[in-house]
Amino acid sequence: MSAVEVRGLVKRFGDVEAVRGIDLDVAAGETFGFLGPNGAGKSTTIAMLCTLLRPDAGSARVAGHDVVAERDDVRRNIGLVFQDPTLDGYLSAEQNLRFHAELYGVPKALVPERMRLVLEMVGLWERRGSLVQTYSGGMKRRLEIARGLLHAPRVLFLDEPTVGLDPQTRASIWGYIEELKAAEDITIFVTTHYMDEAEHADRIAIMDQGQIIALDTPEALKAAVGKDRVVLQVDDDDAAIAALRERFGLEATIAEGHVTVAVEGGEAFVPRLFAELGVPIRGVSVARPSLDDVFMSYTGTTIRDAEAAGGPDPLMRMMVGR
Amino acid sequence: MASTETRPAGAGGTAITPAPVRVVVAPAGWRADLRGVKVVWQREMIRFWRDKLRIVTSLLQPLIFLFVLGGGLAQIASGGTEGVDLRTFMFPGALAMAVLFTAMFSAASVVWDREYGFLREMLVAPVRRGSIVLGKCIGGATVASFQGVLVMALAPLVHVPYSLAMVAEVLALQLLLAFMITAFGVMAAVQITQMQAFMALMQMVVMPLLFLSGALFPLSGLPRWLEVLNRLDPLTYAVNPIREAVFRQIDLTPAAHAALLPGITWFGWQVPIAVQVLVVAAFAGVMLSVAIWQFRRA
Repeated sequence: MSAVEVRGLVKRFGDVEAVRGIDLDVAAGETFGFLGPNGAGKSTTIAMLCTLLRPDAGSARVAGHDVVAERDDVRRNIGLVFQDPTLDGYLSAEQNLRFHAELYGVPKALVPERMRLVLEMVGLWERRGSLVQTYSGGMKRRLEIARGLLHAPRVLFLDEPTVGLDPQTRASIWGYIEELKAAEDITIFVTTHYMDEAEHADRIAIMDQGQIIALDTPEALKAAVGKDRVVLQVDDDDAAIAALRERFGLEATIAEGHVTVAVEGGEAFVPRLFAELGVPIRGVSVARPSLDDVFMSYTGTTIRDAEAAGGPDPLMRMMVGR
Repeated sequence: MASTETRPAGAGGTAITPAPVRVVVAPAGWRADLRGVKVVWQREMIRFWRDKLRIVTSLLQPLIFLFVLGGGLAQIASGGTEGVDLRTFMFPGALAMAVLFTAMFSAASVVWDREYGFLREMLVAPVRRGSIVLGKCIGGATVASFQGVLVMALAPLVHVPYSLAMVAEVLALQLLLAFMITAFGVMAAVQITQMQAFMALMQMVVMPLLFLSGALFPLSGLPRWLEVLNRLDPLTYAVNPIREAVFRQIDLTPAAHAALLPGITWFGWQVPIAVQVLVVAAFAGVMLSVAIWQFRRA
């Protein structure tokens, strides 16, 4: 049975179609990465899967339960870690977890054992008595992850779990997620707009403008691109793009401020470039296809450029209400 | 309910990986909802207890009214109080006030909870939203009544002797009043997302209701328009029974009784205390229902 099963899911906010009929299947035990720029519809999709928003069309089942008809059953079987903190800073970590255990009806006898397990997993057992307001941003996120796991959910939703954290903390959060996969019988559904982080997932769906534009393993997605990314630093971008078209028959674009072109066998291409381009070159870099290139090959833009162009997340506006 | 299963440590598995504890989460139903009420209530208690400053500041306002305003006006008012100390007369009003402001602050926590995201933790839980609202309201009522008891302890200072009956009666009325105010506050807090706006609204609504309720003046010989507004104010029906309970402790001359405790009339009909309490309960019920209804849609 699939842990998450989505068919033709649609959500509109007024005239804006935030999610435009997506289909998804996530197998039990899988770590599924949900990727895309801010405003692509990831958070809206997650909110529907977590029963926080009602879909306008289509259906979704999570842990075997329909998100509309069996809302409470879905809620009992999922763990949620949001982008924004949802902890009570005036309570200690332990009190926050007790509150959660009680709300989710974790059997009393199991609470101490379970609490110790999740707090040790995120390295906060020693600090369990401290008020959460004394925690750093990274510690709070770790505590949220621990809390999301407390009731042993079958599916854990992590919505941008590493956003706004420093690189070390980001790496350690992914460390916990890997450990978690080894320790618990759990499906992990994680959204991120950091392409490098998506490599941790078993499979990835790339979402852009409300639609899923690619869905496969990271390796397969990258292999499908096939080409290396060659980035040129030149004084005259337009001349370089024109020369690439004329002499090599290549369509180059400007991505993140530099002329970028996808070529098979990038290293071998560099000597030819210097010999034949006819435009002064100040620097060249060659990179193997990354998920950024996957995104680019489908959308023609990098994820950072797409973000700069996109509007704010509609869900954020709704839920935070500010 | 629970079984422990072991799992072979995967290649490269880390040292911290203990055997997972399988948890079977309890099913939905009234037990789950009851747990929701309880845990939200507990949290209110913990937070109230942590916030000692709030306990003190919420006490200050009724004390200022009672001793500063009451003490200052006692001389000029002495002609109209038939020999009763003005502070004694205002004491029931102070009992209501103590409850009022604390209940208001309790409801304000909904606005904080939204601001700091904790509201979402409650809204996604597998319990009815109504149980969260009910937990908040019971929590607000408990906390406010605690403040009411602190003010009640001052009774001897204003020449009111204690009795078990009075304490029990006043406490019950305070609980009901605080519940109504918290429910009203929660209802407002669903709509208002900014703390300043919420506090301003509460001041704008609660202060006039308090003044109109007769907490600070007797209901006899009021101008017609004030009498009408007084009868429409739900607080009237909480303040008057509290005053009746307190004044039962004091020997009043018939003249003083008529001047200070005329009771409430509707078109000439003397409204029994039981009906007055029912009015408050009905208001509380309506506010609670509206608050729950709004929370469901939020």
